Amino acid sequence: MAKTHVSTRINGQDAEFLCSPEQSLLEVLRDTLQLTGTKEGCSTGDCGACSVLVDGTLVCSCLMFAAEAEGHEVTTIEGIASGSDLHPLQQKFLDHAALQCGVCTPGFIVASKALLDEDPDPSEESIRYWLAGNLCRCTGYDKVVRAVQDAAAELRS
Amino acid sequence: MSLSAQDFAYMAPTTIDETITALGEAASTGARCQVLAGGTDLLVQLRSADPDPRTILDIKAVPETNRVGISDKGVFIGSAVSAATITHHEGLKAILPGLVESVYLIGSTQIQGRATLVGNLCNASPAGDTIPALIANQASCDIRGSNGARSLPVEEFVVGVQSNALEAGEFVVGVRMPHPGARTADAYLRFIPRTEMDIAVAGAGVSITLDEAGVCTAARVAIGAVAPTALVVPAAADALIGSRLEEASVAAAGRACTAASRPISDKRGTADYRRKVVAVLCERAIAAAAKRAAG
Repeated sequence: MAKTHVSTRINGQDAEFLCSPEQSLLEVLRDTLQLTGTKEGCSTGDCGACSVLVDGTLVCSCLMFAAEAEGHEVTTIEGIASGSDLHPLQQKFLDHAALQCGVCTPGFIVASKALLDEDPDPSEESIRYWLAGNLCRCTGYDKVVRAVQDAAAELRS
Repeated sequence: MSLSAQDFAYMAPTTIDETITALGEAASTGARCQVLAGGTDLLVQLRSADPDPRTILDIKAVPETNRVGISDKGVFIGSAVSAATITHHEGLKAILPGLVESVYLIGSTQIQGRATLVGNLCNASPAGDTIPALIANQASCDIRGSNGARSLPVEEFVVGVQSNALEAGEFVVGVRMPHPGARTADAYLRFIPRTEMDIAVAGAGVSITLDEAGVCTAARVAIGAVAPTALVVPAAADALIGSRLEEASVAAAGRACTAASRPISDKRGTADYRRKVVAVLCERAIAAAAKRAAG
């Protein structure tokens, strides 16, 4: 089967890969590019564990063909920290213990980053609506919401 | 793999003509070719009920499918325009707030990043939120194919449960609707038992025009999730036109929606419940649209 050649930018760097036409972006990120921070949950767009940014827009990487990334800029959880300095969202998730098993956490952090890029001072209600597509089956949502609020406050200061 | 041994392939044509050619070639050879816009329905179906190989024809590189156009003559929304683009579009929010509300109800933030308004229409779910809102706004589909161009009102485009009127070799370039103009406004409301991430139990889209004296001079009412397809309810509009939207007229419009409904009972609600709640949604959507129309 003919492979598709894709040129893209991932986490600020040019990236090229070959993929099968039916492969999802999630599969290529994890299995071809070894960017395993992005998690596979449901693969039907319900859980948000595979959230990434494409040209700054929050999407489920399971619901995109890898070939669709041609010419676009992808940001994954690996691109959120600056070197060894955690992003305030990452630090606040730790401080607030806003995770338990951690499988949903990369998706929550990428989704929260997209929210704070758009709205630096979101209300609790808008945080909860924005994150409705990210499911956590361990620890619940209150700590996540508090971590996002705290990170937003730090980023504003 | 099927006997014809068709492989998966991915194509991203950059013009309408190239798209039509690819669709036409597939139609003439019997190969399967499926148009891809946002992909939030296509990929889910591909991974579950419908895994067969096919050519995926991505239309997002065609400039016309990415266009949002607003002029005195009308509004055009291309078939590759994402829900996120629409919900952030100040021009659309200003003149079609009800349509934008219906788009905002599609899935999660992530889904809205990819899903398109026209994809929601083409998927033709009985509970598709945008369909009643499009019908209320007299939207029609701009269809292109090897036999030329045609236009079809949305209420005729959706022909059954997950079934639309596209012929082999055709695709939708976008939807078009009249500019609502002054003193005309729309609203869409749906009911779900949760607060987010659910499918409509019932929905109602309305467009209301009021004159300077507050008399309703034009109205359109469409309902969703209460029949195999979204329905236009002319009797509901008739109950409103000529009235000042007093309680009795609005209640009559609600009763007309109940009467037009042919719902099923499922885990989301019984048929009786849907018939009742669709009237309430219609009445509340009329109130919301009328408030907007009055400015």
